[in-house]
Amino acid sequence: MTGTFSQHLAVIRNVLKRMFAARLGGLLNILVIGIALSLPTGLYVLLKNAEGAIAQFSGAPQISIFLDMSAGHDATDKLKLLLEENKAIAGIEFVAREQALESLQQNSGLSDLVAGLKQNPLPDAFVIQPKNSDGQSLQTLRDQLVQLPGVERVQLDSDWAYKLAAILKFGRTGVLILAMLLSLALIAITFNTIRLQILTQREEIIVAKLIGATNGFIRRPFLYFGILQGLLGGMMAWLITSASVFFFNTRLSELAQLYGSDFALTPLDSLDGLSLLVFSLYLGGLGAWLSVSRHLSEVEPH
Amino acid sequence: MISFKQVHKRYPGGYEALKNVSFDITEGEMVFITGHSGAGKSTLLKLIAGIERPNSGSVLVNNQNVGVLKDGALPYLRRHLGIIFQDHKLLFDRSVFDNVLLPLQICGFDHRESSKRVRAALDKVGLLKREKANPIALSGGEQQRLCIARAIVNRPAILLADEPTGNLDAAYAQEIMAIFKSFHQVGATLVISTHDESVLRDTGVRRLSLKDGALQ
Repeated sequence: MTGTFSQHLAVIRNVLKRMFAARLGGLLNILVIGIALSLPTGLYVLLKNAEGAIAQFSGAPQISIFLDMSAGHDATDKLKLLLEENKAIAGIEFVAREQALESLQQNSGLSDLVAGLKQNPLPDAFVIQPKNSDGQSLQTLRDQLVQLPGVERVQLDSDWAYKLAAILKFGRTGVLILAMLLSLALIAITFNTIRLQILTQREEIIVAKLIGATNGFIRRPFLYFGILQGLLGGMMAWLITSASVFFFNTRLSELAQLYGSDFALTPLDSLDGLSLLVFSLYLGGLGAWLSVSRHLSEVEPH
Repeated sequence: MISFKQVHKRYPGGYEALKNVSFDITEGEMVFITGHSGAGKSTLLKLIAGIERPNSGSVLVNNQNVGVLKDGALPYLRRHLGIIFQDHKLLFDRSVFDNVLLPLQICGFDHRESSKRVRAALDKVGLLKREKANPIALSGGEQQRLCIARAIVNRPAILLADEPTGNLDAAYAQEIMAIFKSFHQVGATLVISTHDESVLRDTGVRRLSLKDGALQ
């Protein structure tokens, strides 16, 4: 890629002219690339939203420690001391059984049922905030807590969230594989488009070679074409994904209202969008380069 | 300026196009390459431009051995040559102006300078008024002149013309030859292959006669 800046500009102008002249075919190509790229992009958006939602619902992980129903105040105080000494615990909150019953009555909509109970079925409990929130240290802490005297049950509040997050990791791998396969498709589309262009511009290439064009000069418009087509395909993918999220959200808001939530899908953010564009223009350029390297040497004057 | 030493050219399949050809053309000289079709005239010009390479012997252009030049160096050799092709090799997807512009685009001239040069070249061959036309709308003689304009726009030191009057009637042929003569007068080296008797009547121009690939 040598040549002056104005030469490159002239090449880009010519490529744009050529694209405009063959706009139907070009548009179809861009659409195909856009659809191919929007599949992994859309899945990525869904995954990212799911991850965000999980983080929101689970918040900072908490561990609930339920005490033995027979444990008295002494046992409770002793346990509290032990918990305060533990360096893996950041905060401790004591929830007395009466308090727990009251909040159950108020928040769950089960007040009638609760009022009908002869005795309080709830145990005393501690809710603690662990210092480290990674799965391994939570598990270790939980095993420790179960051993303590007077403890009936220990529950990781965000257990389900961690399991779901692990499942989403699988999803990420799936998106990655899909993205790789469809990237190959993008390279193939560009490769073939450029191959056809070289065939139709055979005469021009031969004349240019005969009057002193270097290989770089001949290669340049094809590379720019590939890069530009990739870029436009990436933009199309971004558009398709954003439009899909928009239509989803109009339906989703009705559904969410029924559940009293304002949940909505977040579209692709600008950083991810720009990455998509860079990625697609790179793939377009790569496809064009492969095609030009393969086919240009076949066109020689004799 | 151009020097052939014992040049042999054999095409794949065994056809011997040139046999033991040696000659020298000095700077500023005008030379006719004559002979029947198939005598090797086109091959000789292709060897000068590096479109074909000799099987043995050496082809020197500007003291460069064209026969062993690397592929990457060929474009720069060709920029010093103006080539007028037998089949014109005009591009019909662009205007007369853009056809002549192509060699300048290849060399990387800026827009204003190249426009000036293109118009000067078109003026020299009398096509200035047709600059916006498509070459397909030009007559045979005009297409030939367009081809000349494209060859000279770079102001090359050497002009190669392969049967430039091949399909033209005598009046057009004289016109084309007059244009060549004017380049000769300003110091260009010209190598023109032809079997056109009306052109060859012009005495005072050196001739290299080929017969079955050998100089006579």
